[in-house]
Amino acid sequence: MKIFQDAGHLFRLAAVFLLGLILFLVIRSFLVPRSFGRYGHYRANAITETAALPVNYAGHQVCENCHGDVLEVKSKGVHKGVACESCHGPLAAHAEDPASVLPVKLDTAVLCARCHQENIAKPKTFPQVNAAEHSGGAACNTCHQPHSPAMDTEVKQ
Amino acid sequence: MTITRRQLLILLPAAAVAWNYILAGTPEASPNYNMAEHWWAMLVDITKCIGCGSCVRGCQQENHVPDGYYRTWVERYHIEDWQMEYPEVDSPDGGKNGFPPAKETGGKNFFVPKLCNHCADSPCTQVCPVGATFVSPDGVVLVDQKYCLGCRYCVQACPYGCRFINPQTETANKCTLCYHRITKGLTTACCEVCPTGARQLANLKDPKDPIHDFLRTHSVQVLKPQMATRSKCFYNGLDGAVR
Amino acid sequence: MHIPVDGFMYPNEVELQWSVLIVLYPFLTGLVAGAFILASLERVFQVQAVKPTYRLALLTALAFLLVAPMPLQLHLGHPERSFEMYLTPHGSSAMAMFGFVYLWYLLAVLVLEIWLDYRRDIVILSQTTTGWRRAIYRVLTLGSNNISPHALHIDDRAGWLITVIGIPSAFLLHGYVGFIFGSVKANPWWSSPLMPVVFLFSAMVSGIAVVLLLYMLLTRLRGEPIDMRCVDTMARYLFYTFIIDFSLEMLDLVHRIYEADESFRSLDFMVHTRLYFSQIVLQILLGTLAPIILLGITQVIKLSDLVRKRIYATAGCLTLIGIFAMRWNVVIGGQLFSKSFLGYTTYKMGFVAREGLLTAIVLSILPFVFLWALVKILPPWPEKALLARSASPQ
Repeated sequence: MKIFQDAGHLFRLAAVFLLGLILFLVIRSFLVPRSFGRYGHYRANAITETAALPVNYAGHQVCENCHGDVLEVKSKGVHKGVACESCHGPLAAHAEDPASVLPVKLDTAVLCARCHQENIAKPKTFPQVNAAEHSGGAACNTCHQPHSPAMDTEVKQ
Repeated sequence: MTITRRQLLILLPAAAVAWNYILAGTPEASPNYNMAEHWWAMLVDITKCIGCGSCVRGCQQENHVPDGYYRTWVERYHIEDWQMEYPEVDSPDGGKNGFPPAKETGGKNFFVPKLCNHCADSPCTQVCPVGATFVSPDGVVLVDQKYCLGCRYCVQACPYGCRFINPQTETANKCTLCYHRITKGLTTACCEVCPTGARQLANLKDPKDPIHDFLRTHSVQVLKPQMATRSKCFYNGLDGAVR
Repeated sequence: MHIPVDGFMYPNEVELQWSVLIVLYPFLTGLVAGAFILASLERVFQVQAVKPTYRLALLTALAFLLVAPMPLQLHLGHPERSFEMYLTPHGSSAMAMFGFVYLWYLLAVLVLEIWLDYRRDIVILSQTTTGWRRAIYRVLTLGSNNISPHALHIDDRAGWLITVIGIPSAFLLHGYVGFIFGSVKANPWWSSPLMPVVFLFSAMVSGIAVVLLLYMLLTRLRGEPIDMRCVDTMARYLFYTFIIDFSLEMLDLVHRIYEADESFRSLDFMVHTRLYFSQIVLQILLGTLAPIILLGITQVIKLSDLVRKRIYATAGCLTLIGIFAMRWNVVIGGQLFSKSFLGYTTYKMGFVAREGLLTAIVLSILPFVFLWALVKILPPWPEKALLARSASPQ
């Protein structure tokens, strides 16, 4: 037919486009990650990869397995709800291999102040003091045992 | 038994699909963890927060968050009497080292911890062009660090400002609800180190989780409810002035 | 790098996410859409007066469209992963869908239309040139040398059809960019159903202005006389489109002021301080009102050819500055204020940096380099010798 005879170039063009599309689909089948689409529009293995990240805080239950003596003291005081690593920092490495990683000695002047330095925005019922007026600059553990901080328990000398 | 050509034509594609499935592996988080039994949420109790910044430090140390960027942070609000529309807010270094003594003497003052709300109708996952960020089947919004292009569209789309681009990986980053901990039976780093219990992890699919009682007996709110993101971070004692 | 903050911003908001490159990108795609719609005026709406600019408009659109993805690639954290948008496009993401709109517009509309319009010239040139030029033209013919009247008639009809499809495609191309911003509910400066429409009309304004300026410049450089009927018509269309664009922007402004929702005070303050120069001075006064008044004068007062040419050139330049300022105000302005509505940050633009000003300048010049190359390969104004050659069939 005459129309096709003079439209040859359009058919060639269509062939080029079709070839490009097929090439794209073939390349795509190699490149899309295998676990993609398993649970939704994402790479399902991303979930496992995120879950496999290393843990740095052991969690207070792990500490309590070995340090039962501290737990004894702590559970009788007002700090019973404070996790060990809240003050002592991340110690999963220490829990893994206690000899290799030793917790750092804490500076109570800095540490205790973070929670207990008075601030108008803290809840009124929360124990807070002005450190300078309260102890005249002395370190908090001069009078308070951090694991059970109430004054009528045994005072650290 | 001989296989005909027609049988092969049907068997081969089926085998290819099955092989693909096997190659994809089984992305279960850990042997004892079943995603279907969990729908994670967070409870933040404003009445208990003392602005110590332990959560910000804990999160940074657990997740190696770069300085100057925050997966969680604490804001301090100061509201002069009835001026609810114009609170004064500050968050020095995200509250990481606590807060300096307040200059104000009166008004209403409190701390507000913030983190990713792990929205069920998350606007950030809606805009991701490639599916690098998503809501997991157990309700945690995660970022695929190997797939993210760093286009920053999700950072723009988050109404709460909880996302950032990690300058080392050049990909989107945010609170993962310590997914690597909660799937092993631990709690999140921020909940672990919070000394007052102002932050509590919750599993909404667990009938024995105390959050169900809490939600029934307290007035709780979410941030920016008008955004309709179905946020799963519930606040107890949230003042109307909180942005 | 310390970024000064006024008031309070969420800690992660202080550093801007989208830089001047993301300002440049909608500016470039806007020029594409606008230039194409000008070209379609002749092809579909039979506006004969603008025929001298038809091919130039198409080549301009192509030159800018080829450069448009470059600022995007440079801004990505992982440009090597950008192809993922074609592998696993997320259906709910406007950005992902835009990848396909771009590809469709580039291949199925622009390249096709240019090829169909130039095919006769390409075939002739493939037979009359030598060396590497001949090789290029031979590839472009796709192996077909049929330029019989019937074949050319088929090309003409096919080109007409492509243009008809192309007009909504051009609307989609730039409307989509507007939607990428307009659909972000978290950002009240962006979130608006008007955004795609405003973007589209400002694109048309900038596209007409750039073709007008290029035509006047190139005709001058070729030593040919400027077709006054052509530039008068283009200026008229520029004027009308500008009126619509201005009305839409004023509608957005009046609506914001009247409703005064929770974001209004913060945004209003931002416009009066940090955004004053780029929004009030550059965009509104110099970039919109001044060109409208200048063009309006030419519509009501009879002026000489020389004065009109000067006014058109001035109005065209001011328009381009104004539309660039508009993109700046949308993209950068949308990131200067806090989503807490309690503070403002600062945009620290580097100079020699991946996303710095120098990069933006280079990328703004690059389309003209591309255009120069395209004009060399596909001359919009066939030389007289070429016309003579084609008159005598091979």
